[in-house]
Amino acid sequence: MRVGVITFPGTLDDVDAQRAVKYADAEAVPLWHADHDLKGVDAVIVPGGFSYGDYLRCGAIARFAPVMQEVIEAANKGMPVLGICNGFQILCEAHLLPGALTRNSKLHFVCRDQWLKVENNQTAWTTRYDKDAEILVPLKSGEGGYQADQHTLDELEGEGRVVFRYVGENPNGSRNNIAGITSANGRIVGLMPHPEHAIEALTGPTDDGLGMFLSLVDSVVKA
Amino acid sequence: MARVVVDVMPKPEILDPQGQAVANALPRLGFDGITEVRQGKHFELEVADDVDDATLAKIAETFLANPVIEDWVVRRVDA
Repeated sequence: MRVGVITFPGTLDDVDAQRAVKYADAEAVPLWHADHDLKGVDAVIVPGGFSYGDYLRCGAIARFAPVMQEVIEAANKGMPVLGICNGFQILCEAHLLPGALTRNSKLHFVCRDQWLKVENNQTAWTTRYDKDAEILVPLKSGEGGYQADQHTLDELEGEGRVVFRYVGENPNGSRNNIAGITSANGRIVGLMPHPEHAIEALTGPTDDGLGMFLSLVDSVVKA
Repeated sequence: MARVVVDVMPKPEILDPQGQAVANALPRLGFDGITEVRQGKHFELEVADDVDDATLAKIAETFLANPVIEDWVVRRVDA
């Protein structure tokens, strides 16, 4: 079971994402932004950071990276893909997920441990959670406000594609308190908070995030 | 060569916290009578003569703007 983790210039959280993969007893495979090569991996994580300096818009340039052309093609064939924070922004810019992430409504960069509700435990990345479980993971972003037109929001809500929702005060102005969503086939998930920073009590607020990586291993082994 | 201007603005229904922050600062700085500010991006492109309008529109729509949240306008201007 091999899980690719992409590194762009400006990526920050690739090492923690690789570590989370290893904690789930899978092999982490580093992928380089400039390579047209997924190295035969079973799934891909697009980690957080500030790819290409986040110039123009967050994720707008990374979306055109050579490795992303391979990710888009593989994702459209059903490969599981997880986008965390900047990775979520990149997946939206790549049209693998609908909507866009915008400047936090109060303009401040938000860095705190955040409670989330798991509303969809049927995706490739969330089967280890009970439905409506509440988990505590770090949130650290300046442009985490989820925006989409009303039609898209209605579709996401109607199809149960809101995977994570913020509990308590909305931290960034996201519409419908949306923290993370999934594709129609439940294989692609994007979220602003950071499950890879919450995989053990020593280094994170909880180990609540590890379930996403264990869920992936389950779904690939089953497939 | 021609100069092409692309203006990108947040859609009216999208919250623009940066524009709001500017609008809120103006009265504090003693400038009254400004009721709203929207903040966007302005690109100036130097373009070869054989680049057609369809190509410019594609550049604006697929790269310079994100049509999910932004509107864009392409204008050819005299250099």
